[in-house]
Amino acid sequence: MDLSTHDQLPPAPPAFLAWVRQNLFRTWYDSLLTIVSCVVVYLALSGAIRWVFTTADWSPITQNMTLFLVGQYPRDELWRLGIAVGLVSFFLGLSWGLWSGVMRSFALTLIGFYLFLALLPGTSLAAGIRLFLGLNAGLVVLSYWLARRWPPPSNYLLAGWIVSAIVGFFLLRGHAALPALERVEINLWGGLIVTAILAIGGILISFPFGVLLALGRRSTLPVVSAFSTAFIELIRGVPLISILFLFSLIVPLFLPANMRFDRMLRALVGMIVFSAAYTAENVRGGLQAIPSGQYEAAYAIGLRNLQITLLIVLPQALRKVIPAIVGQFISLFKDTTLASGVAVLEILSIGRSVLQGNPEYIGLQAEVFVFVAAIFWIFSYSMSVSSRRIETQLGVGQS
Amino acid sequence: MDQPSNYAVSQRPVPLWRDERVLRGAAQIVSALAVLGLLAWGLTNVLRAADQRGLGLSFGFLEQSAGFPISETPIAYDPSMSFARAFWVGILNTLKVIIVGVLLATGLGTAVGLARLSTNWLLSRIALVYIEAHRNIPLLVLLFIWYRGVLTNRLPDVTNSLRWPGPTYLSQRGIYMPWPSLTETGMPFAISIVLAIVLAIVAFRWLRRVRERTGRPTYFGGVAAAILILLPALGWLLSGGQPLLWDIPILSGFNFEGGARVTPEFTALLIGLVMYTAAFIAEVVRAGIQAVDRGQLEAARAIGLDAAQVLGLVILPQAMRVIIPPLISQYLNLTKNSSLAFFIGYPDLFSVGRIMINQAGRAVPVFAMIMAAYLVMTLVTSFVLNVYNRRIQLIER
Repeated sequence: MDLSTHDQLPPAPPAFLAWVRQNLFRTWYDSLLTIVSCVVVYLALSGAIRWVFTTADWSPITQNMTLFLVGQYPRDELWRLGIAVGLVSFFLGLSWGLWSGVMRSFALTLIGFYLFLALLPGTSLAAGIRLFLGLNAGLVVLSYWLARRWPPPSNYLLAGWIVSAIVGFFLLRGHAALPALERVEINLWGGLIVTAILAIGGILISFPFGVLLALGRRSTLPVVSAFSTAFIELIRGVPLISILFLFSLIVPLFLPANMRFDRMLRALVGMIVFSAAYTAENVRGGLQAIPSGQYEAAYAIGLRNLQITLLIVLPQALRKVIPAIVGQFISLFKDTTLASGVAVLEILSIGRSVLQGNPEYIGLQAEVFVFVAAIFWIFSYSMSVSSRRIETQLGVGQS
Repeated sequence: MDQPSNYAVSQRPVPLWRDERVLRGAAQIVSALAVLGLLAWGLTNVLRAADQRGLGLSFGFLEQSAGFPISETPIAYDPSMSFARAFWVGILNTLKVIIVGVLLATGLGTAVGLARLSTNWLLSRIALVYIEAHRNIPLLVLLFIWYRGVLTNRLPDVTNSLRWPGPTYLSQRGIYMPWPSLTETGMPFAISIVLAIVLAIVAFRWLRRVRERTGRPTYFGGVAAAILILLPALGWLLSGGQPLLWDIPILSGFNFEGGARVTPEFTALLIGLVMYTAAFIAEVVRAGIQAVDRGQLEAARAIGLDAAQVLGLVILPQAMRVIIPPLISQYLNLTKNSSLAFFIGYPDLFSVGRIMINQAGRAVPVFAMIMAAYLVMTLVTSFVLNVYNRRIQLIER
């Protein structure tokens, strides 16, 4: 509070002081609590800032930044990854333009992340990669502007997302028949892209299975309902790590000897199975929220069972469960770290292997894991902000 | 399908492919065949592989000697004991961390949830930062920060242990602290403590009911406290004033001898699980309390209850009905998340099971045992808590 504003705006300081008295010093123990909290906050903040900017040695991260982002992906083939990232930036910008409130926090986070990587001095990222990441930040803004100017139909945008996911995966994987796109073994993939593939692939592919399981559980056919219920409860009753082990160790035993999948794909299947059971329970919640009048009205106008499900029930039920699905996506995103237990090189295992392989990083464990934690924090926090906005936009809970 | 449907207007029988009963039956048979067929196909494959590699599906190996050490054993165990015993040690280790974890997470979560609702702006913000920090970071990363970043890294080595008040030492090897054991004459003391707790609860509830029914002051709190103090004191005298023998840790060479040790693995797992789950429980508690109608608070104040009575007699009993169901799923999450012990080397059910798979070479039966053990734990937990939940909900009307 400096004096000049005090003179110009007489009501402001009393309002501020009143706020302080009301919210910080209401009673004597409130005051005590405030003072103790101030000391705690000061100690924690000053300690954290001193550690981050002076004590901590971030060299394990800066020297291995490329590894943290893409793992061992062949450095000559990074342009393919670049196209996939560009597609994501483009569609994210479009989505931000179209559904501005919902996507804003996530798009801004991604722009910030691109710029951070592009501008952070002293990392191992090549100049070309930095330029590319900086351009991607621009691409998000450009496509945002495009979508504000000429809004695309949202169905096309959704289709674009799905097509670009498939195209992106194909680009990364390559094909033996194409000389320009030679096959890149999946066990070379790593870092943040694997984390993203596990999370996005897990939620997208599990979704249709989850819907089927939810419909199956509510089915009037006892056998179908029993199988669906048994599957859902079995999966939800055991930890994810045991499911990942099941699919990486046990299921291969149940397959004929000539059917062998890559580690990452096995982990992905595990994530899909796990996620399908939880999606099913979320969707079931949405199905139960559909009033029976909807079914009766649909019967009355002569629709058949399949038509009722597809045209009347699911569109309403799925709309209701979008926030729950976003929440599930956030926890699946965090759960991808468990794949490091089955030797999948997602970002946490990159951190662990960086520490293990380099004796000069001894004692720098905290730095590496805090970095990984920060990556997860910014993305899942921005997604949770988005999910709250979806809730208010859909009016969930206000009906 | 010989008889026509009763409600059919026309005399012609409904064709098979339009008869709902046929379709329903067919759908069920097809789905049952598909699921069972898939299982049978997998089983034949595994049996074939088992024949080739000599991996049986029997559980006979459980009787054999395990041959591997376990770093933390709540019951007596050594490598010469059976696989079954080793698995049981793993289960007990898991139960240990779950029980302690649930208690601490509930306490911390409730405290943070109440702090979040505090009228003190700063306290509420601190609680918010705590919640958002923990909900958006994977538990596994938190565990690594605590275990690899702090407990085995930032703490001094054993010879330079931090000394806490009393003979308790903190170092990279964990916490060493004194541990009581009963002396020969200590039995009356132990019995008196158990008796005091039981009697205090009985007396408290009975006297409170008398007070509620008759309105006479019965001093139920004071009576219970008196029982809690006087009975153990009597036990102390009966056992000759010397009921307990304290086992005190003493530094000898490069390690401590005696006392009880809390390993850094257990500590890291407990801290991680408790702090992570508490952030979710805090949100559950906050939502539950906010779900109680504001009029209840105003009415309670209006009839002259003080702040503690408003919270304990009016707000919490009603909030509990909203809190319990999501709280159950948080407890189940903690139970399942305890398997992350595997990553930091705490010998829980899952880690011991993993070693058993390597040691015995019986992947399928051991894995079935791991899954079954988790299923039993989660199902029993949710059953018990759901019974409790139903009791709480019934009080409503």
